[in-house]
Parts: sequence; structure tokens; C-alpha cells
Amino acid sequence: MASIRILLDKCVGCSLCVKACPFGAIHMSEGKAVIDMGKCTLCGSCVAACRFSAIELEKSAGPKKDLSAYKDVWVFCEQKKGVVQSISYELLGEGRKLADKLGVKLCAVLLGEGLDAVAESLGERGADKVYYVGHPALKAYQDDPYSEVLSRLVEEYKPEVLLCGATTIGRSLISRVAIKADAGLTADCTALDIDPKERLLLQTRPAFGGNIMATITAPNHRPQMATVRHKVMKEAPVEKGRKAEVVKKDYPAEAYASRTKLLEMVEELGATVNLSEADIIVAGGRGMGGKEGFALLEDLAKVLGGAVGASRSAVDADWISYAHQVGQTGKTVVPKIYFACGISGQIQHLIGMQSSKIIVAVNKDPEAPIFKVATYGIVGDVNEVVPAITREFKRVLNK
Amino acid sequence: MNIIVCIKQVPNTTDVKIDPATNTLVRDGVESVINPFDAYAIEEAVRLKEKLGGKVTAVTMGPPQAEKALRDAIALGCDEGVLVSDRKFAGSDTWATSYTLSAAIEKIGDYGVIVCGKQASDGDTAQVGPGISAHLDIPQVTYVRKIRGINEKTAVVERMTEEGFDVVETPLPCLFTVVKEINTPRMPSIKGMMRAKSAKISKWTAADIDAEPAALGLDGSPTRVVKIFTPEPRKGGEIISGSAGDVAKELAELLKGEVV
Repeated sequence: MASIRILLDKCVGCSLCVKACPFGAIHMSEGKAVIDMGKCTLCGSCVAACRFSAIELEKSAGPKKDLSAYKDVWVFCEQKKGVVQSISYELLGEGRKLADKLGVKLCAVLLGEGLDAVAESLGERGADKVYYVGHPALKAYQDDPYSEVLSRLVEEYKPEVLLCGATTIGRSLISRVAIKADAGLTADCTALDIDPKERLLLQTRPAFGGNIMATITAPNHRPQMATVRHKVMKEAPVEKGRKAEVVKKDYPAEAYASRTKLLEMVEELGATVNLSEADIIVAGGRGMGGKEGFALLEDLAKVLGGAVGASRSAVDADWISYAHQVGQTGKTVVPKIYFACGISGQIQHLIGMQSSKIIVAVNKDPEAPIFKVATYGIVGDVNEVVPAITREFKRVLNK
Repeated sequence: MNIIVCIKQVPNTTDVKIDPATNTLVRDGVESVINPFDAYAIEEAVRLKEKLGGKVTAVTMGPPQAEKALRDAIALGCDEGVLVSDRKFAGSDTWATSYTLSAAIEKIGDYGVIVCGKQASDGDTAQVGPGISAHLDIPQVTYVRKIRGINEKTAVVERMTEEGFDVVETPLPCLFTVVKEINTPRMPSIKGMMRAKSAKISKWTAADIDAEPAALGLDGSPTRVVKIFTPEPRKGGEIISGSAGDVAKELAELLKGEVV
């Protein structure tokens, strides 16, 4: 069994580990660190923080597989109705950098039906190689055939790194593949890098609602798998005419079997609501006063080409549907501009939007917590200010 | 039909504060609560029981004090609680956690549906639910926003997508992860609270669930945390004041490079 201990001869009592522990499990006693094993989760934060190598985290040596057989950086390219989703291009952009640092190929993985031309086109987005599996069962996402086919590809071609978007599909698919592949998986990364010496993927992600950041590795397992949030990586540029080697794979019928059956796909929200992909989000809260208030937000969103978001209280009041909710029990978004109109800025809401590049807050209460995170704050009545902003942008943008 | 609901005890988000001097998490006085998404999972499990009969077993992996979360779940209508707790589980990442929970679920046995919240508010991974179904090799439907119909053999559910929803038919047993839209959780009843006080909670160790020791805790976890740091807290910027027309003009000027 794994264990952790303080090496008393090395501990100088600096208490860096006490501050580093996210679980409050370390205290100082007679000038030395003491770990409360009831609270310790063996997360290793203290080991990373200690400057005197005074904390030893021991893992029982388990059998390791031959890691050297694993190479190349893979990006799972998510497609819907044959259209590659923008998150996949963001991953190809990031994957290119990682592959170059490792000195390996960047490979795209595409599952679908009749997408030969799409597979070819991924070369223009930086892929050196494209693994494409075409089959009617892969036309639209289903957990069983997608996870089975991707697992088989991983087993056969052994990637060193596998990236996937932190989307509804990505998070459902990749968790199953990680179990089958006995691989480490880190969710919702916001930064990736390579430790060139150990060939490790350094995966940084927010935890505790973004209050702390953790960097995570999977030293003894391959592939190293991560999902990545929308909008945090830069899309791979298009290089016209760049070619990738396309590897078309087929598997026996059982690989495509699905226990679940997709009966229908319903697009109910229109193009204006895909919050995760929107560059601009115009969001409203209780201060909008009702459905009429949200109509003002829709006007502004339309002019700016953005999506409409909402706080939990506006959704609970039935002014707008749950699909629009931003925050702890809704979506996490990272747009370029986030308008928070009539939103007070409770921590549960901030968790979902505080990584936005620019936050514009409009609120009549100058003490509202939202102003503490807003890039630009406007104290005023949303019913006057929002339409004025809409008019102004209409004029500026000639709409 | 018996139903299993997986829950997690998490620190209450509203209590999580950063000490401005040390830039670290303040843990003193932070209350532990049931993960917000799990409230919807519990409610849906109880509704399924009310429709189909059988019992609801709430299961959690955590330290001994996680027993409170199970008692809270019983107050909300669950029938039994199972606390899977052992020092050997310390250091579990999502791989080891889903393995441990799947081993406990196999010991509970005889279930038609497993319900999980979409994700937990402390880790936010959304990986444990699908991990459990992968270990158990049962079908899954994630992001479920509505159970349209269900009987002993199959269910038809709506899975929330970025654009709307998919209608999915699945055989049982099956695992669902649920989103907030699925229901409005009830308050605990007086009767439930009474029962929660006296209910017996089963406490299982690694040996009880017949788990492979190498697959537990830190040893069974492929991932390692190598660094933890606090991001620079976001600072408020400038306040624009004036008439609605003036502030709109100024804002448009400030944002003109960002809006196309």
C-alpha cells in the first residue's frame, strides 16, 4: 500500500507544505511537519511544494508496461453531421506544439460515415497522419461503438498522448476509453506542456471551482489522456494543400455493436445558444426582471453575433431554459466577452465564467460582487443601459 | 427494480475562500455537503422507485465522516446507505474511484439503474460515472435531462447535447448521469429525517468489496498531482459612469478591437 512520511532529519519546519496542502492535513508540531492521515489523500501537493526533499510519497512498485512502444500525439476529432467541431481544430493547434516538442507525429482520429474528404482535409490543419474509421454505426455518436473503436485504435497503434474536447461527447467517450486502456485521464485542462526529459504530458486544470490549479501527470501509464476546455487553445491555421497520410481502418462487426439506440436527434435551441463555442455571451440574472428583460439581451446578442446566457435564478424563475445556464450547476464558459447584466455575482455563477477574457457588468447595485471581477463595470439600470449598448453597436457595426 | 445512486461529499462552494495573505484555500469552518448535482440523482432515483417499486441504495466512497451524506440521502428518500471507506483508498484518482465504486456496486448486486450526478463540484471531472459503467461493462447515457419512459427491461431518455437533445433507448441495467434540468429535488420529510437518524449504514472496507489491492488508492491511480497553485485572483477593472448613451459609447470604443 502507498504511504507518505516526513523525513524528520530533512524537515526544517518552514511550513511550506502546510500552505500547499489542499486538504488541511498538515500542521507543525515542535518545529516539524506532521501529517494527519485521516485527512491526507496522498495527492502529493506537499511533496511538490517541499524545497528540502523532506516528504517521501511511496508507491508500491506495480508492474509497468513497456512505455517506449507508445509514440505520437493523437487528437480525437469530434464531428457532428460530418462537420468537424471547432474544439478539434483547437486541439490540433495545441497538439502540433506538443508533437513538435516530443519529436513525433501529430495524428487525427476521425470516426464517422462517408467522411473520406473530411479525413483528407485534416492535413491542412496540421495532422501528419489521419486514422479514419468509416461505418454507418459511427455516423452519429453512440457510447458503445465509439469507445470500442477508439480503444481498438489505441491498442493497435499505441499513441503516447491522446487529446479530446471536454464536450458532452468527449467527456462521455474518453472516460470509458481510459478505463479500457488502463490509462491516466485528466479532465478539463486549460494548459498543456511537455516535460521533454521524461516525455511527460504536463496537464494543468482548475479544481475547486477554479480556486486552485493543479498540474497532473501520468508517469507510468500510456497513453497520457486529457480532455481540454473550449476556447483556451488556439485553432490550428489552415495550410492549403498540406497533405496527411490517411490510414483507413475497418474492424469486425462486433466492434460496431451498440446496446443503446439513438432514436432521434433534436436541435431545439438554434445557432444562438451554443454557449461553449460562443465568442461573446450576453447573460442576464434576476435583475433583468422577467422574460421581457431577456428579450433586450437577445437583441444585443444578435447584434454582436453572440449567445444568451443566464444565472441560475433566472433559469429557476423560468425566464429562459436550462440550456442557457452558466455556473456551478450549468455550464462553464470562456468567451472573449461576457456581459453580466443584472447578475449580482454569487460564487456559484463566478465559477462558470470568471475565466472569460473580458467581463462587462451592468448592475444597479454598486456593491454587487460582480464588479470585483468585471473588466468594465457600469452602475445603472439594465433596462436603459442594455438597449443603449445595443443601439451603439448597431451603429458602429452598421447593422 | 432496485436502484443505486452514487453520491459524493464535497466542501460547500459558498464556503470556499482564499486567504488573501497566503493565497491558499481556507478550510476552517468549511461545511461538507452532498455534491449539488447528486441532489438531482437522488431525487430521480427516488422517483424511479416510487414508479417501479424496489429500493434505492445510496453509495459513497470517502472518509468516515461521509456517513453524514448518506444519512442526508436517506432523509431525502433513499432506503439504505453504503459507506465504502478504507485508508487503502487514499489518493484515488477517477480511475481508482470508479473501480472501487464498481466493486461496491457488484457487491450490492441486483440493480436495474445506477444514477450519478453529472459531475462533482470539487473535482468537476465528470469521469467517475462513465468510469463505473466501463468497469461494470454496462451501457451508459450521460447528461440525462429526462427519463421519458422506463420499465423492467428498457428505458427511453433524453440526453442533453450542445445543440438540444438526443433521444436514446437503452436496455437495463444501465448507468445514467443526470443534469439539473431533470427534476426539482424535494425537501427532506420529517419521516425521512427520523429514519435517517436510526438507519443502519453499511460500512465496507477494501476487503469487503473483494477488490484487487493493486487497483486501489494511489497505487491504482495512473495520475499524479505534481503541483498545486492558486491562480492570481481576478481584479475588478474600471467603472464607467455617465448617462446610458455615454456609457454605451465609451464601452463600444473600449471593445471595438474585440467585436467584429
